[in-house]
Amino acid sequence: MNFFDHKSINARMKIRVIVNLFAKIIFFAAMMFGLFILGVLLYRIVSQGIGYLDLQFLQSLPSRKPEQAGVYTALIGSVLLMAVVAPVSLLLGVATAIYLEEYAKDNRFTAFIKVNISNLAGVPSIVFGLLGLTVFVRALALGTSVLAAGLTMSLLVLPIIIVAAQEALKAVPASLREASYAMGATKWQTIVRIVLPVAIPGILTGGILALSRAIGETAPLVVLGLPLFLAYLPKSIFDLFTVLPMQIYNWTGRPQEEFHSLAAAGIIVLLILLLFMNFLAVLIRNKFQKRY
Amino acid sequence: MKSFKKLALTAIMVGVLAFTTACNAQETQNNNSKKVEEETKQLQGEIKIDGSSTVFPIMEAVVEEYGMEQPGVKVSVASSGTGGGFEAFIAGETDLSNASRPIKDEEKAKLEEKGIDYTELKLAFDGLTVVVNKENDWVDYLTIDELKKIWVEDGTVKKWSDIRPEWPDEEIKLFSPGTDSGTYDYFDEVVLEGKPLAEKAALSEDDNILVQGVKGEKNAIGYFGYAYYLENKNNLKVVPIDGGNGPVEPNNKTIESSEYAPLSRPLFTYVKNIAVKDKEEVYHFVKFVLENCADLSEDVGYVKLPKDEYNKQLKTLEELK
Repeated sequence: MNFFDHKSINARMKIRVIVNLFAKIIFFAAMMFGLFILGVLLYRIVSQGIGYLDLQFLQSLPSRKPEQAGVYTALIGSVLLMAVVAPVSLLLGVATAIYLEEYAKDNRFTAFIKVNISNLAGVPSIVFGLLGLTVFVRALALGTSVLAAGLTMSLLVLPIIIVAAQEALKAVPASLREASYAMGATKWQTIVRIVLPVAIPGILTGGILALSRAIGETAPLVVLGLPLFLAYLPKSIFDLFTVLPMQIYNWTGRPQEEFHSLAAAGIIVLLILLLFMNFLAVLIRNKFQKRY
Repeated sequence: MKSFKKLALTAIMVGVLAFTTACNAQETQNNNSKKVEEETKQLQGEIKIDGSSTVFPIMEAVVEEYGMEQPGVKVSVASSGTGGGFEAFIAGETDLSNASRPIKDEEKAKLEEKGIDYTELKLAFDGLTVVVNKENDWVDYLTIDELKKIWVEDGTVKKWSDIRPEWPDEEIKLFSPGTDSGTYDYFDEVVLEGKPLAEKAALSEDDNILVQGVKGEKNAIGYFGYAYYLENKNNLKVVPIDGGNGPVEPNNKTIESSEYAPLSRPLFTYVKNIAVKDKEEVYHFVKFVLENCADLSEDVGYVKLPKDEYNKQLKTLEELK
């Protein structure tokens, strides 16, 4: 018996190989394009800013003299903001996703909520700034504090976290859940012991993307009325503060060339902070990936 | 499950660590400032400033100097624009509001409604500077009427030859600050007089972009704050303006003496009277502003007022106390 029609296979062989090669080249080019642009950006920023980047830059206040200017208050402010945004947005986001994926009935209302959450992810950030200004700063009288800004930023990134967490929960194989139920576990036990540990890497990926966005946003904070120049540090989360992107934005708008270099140095600091956050997330993720 | 607990633990520990480092840093700073206070017996308090991003560099410089003299006074300066600044001022959130244009009537009315008395203080001059490309060898000066012809929308494509017949028959490329900026407001008041800006004009909130635009386009014309011209003197050609008394080029002298009219504009800060009266640190700060902003404003690229103006305003301040 002849299983293969060698003639027809040979006739199509050449074109199949070519198509395969072609696809590979296209995908590779797509990746290289992004990488190239990133490389150019990094080169520009680093070559411009590295000269200003030293310990003094990290420990000084902004100044009209570029040699003396620094990002001390802004850097601490950014870290504090993350200390509010990370727990609030992750807890709320993951809880929402668990409810939507595990508990909510599959009816029109749930579908309506899911569509709206996805849509929220596309709302311009300045709109969240206006929301934060009316609700947190004015109505709840929190002022332009770390807490008000943190809550605003949490709202801004919540949709991203929820959608990512939903996808991560969906990707947990049904067989795992069923095995857990078969052993007599309740829904809660199944979620905490089986589903969440498996979904953690995916949730963290979404979380880190969301936090990266929150740490780099300027527009909503400008709307909240955050100060640019602050000679002192916030004592608690109810105090005024300022963040790195605001300082960078201010410096890029100055007429003097030296301030543009300072902005580049500020961007490097922001990038390092981001890398550090990413590093933490990867550490945690790797730990869980080994389990399953 | 074990790993999950560990994860929670790590997360909490990272959080606590971030907090303690932040707190430690802040404590050491507090200690430092306490020491200084004991030595010199200084003022305490909080001053909130918001407003124009044009005035921000002056305020930043003043606050920087003030911080060395009075580390106990916590001054914060935001920069949400002249309009946004007044909004916060009306809401009673700030003590001082910086502005690159005089207060508008509707803003006055709202302040009156809230019962907030204020005083207008002039800090420095900014000369709105009109520039063309370095290669532009035909423009020698422009009158206000000619500026109007160039910038007001009238449905036609504007060519240099429309302004003066001997100039080249080429389209003018316009670069203007965004319509939200105080710079645009001022230009609108003096040149456009409420008429719409030419639709073809490229707008940007960032004056550095305008500089780049005019630099790269032979037929370009643009306008922005004097400081931006000062920094790019070698790459741009400044256009002397004829406001009725012959062409005048903007420089520190002509702007300070108001010879460069009508495009030199004053920069303001508005201070809440009650704050001067009740809070010693505000009075002290405003006094410091008026005493030092002549030099400091020149440091950041603006032009100081004549000395009398500062003295007059210091007197006004004394009356407020």
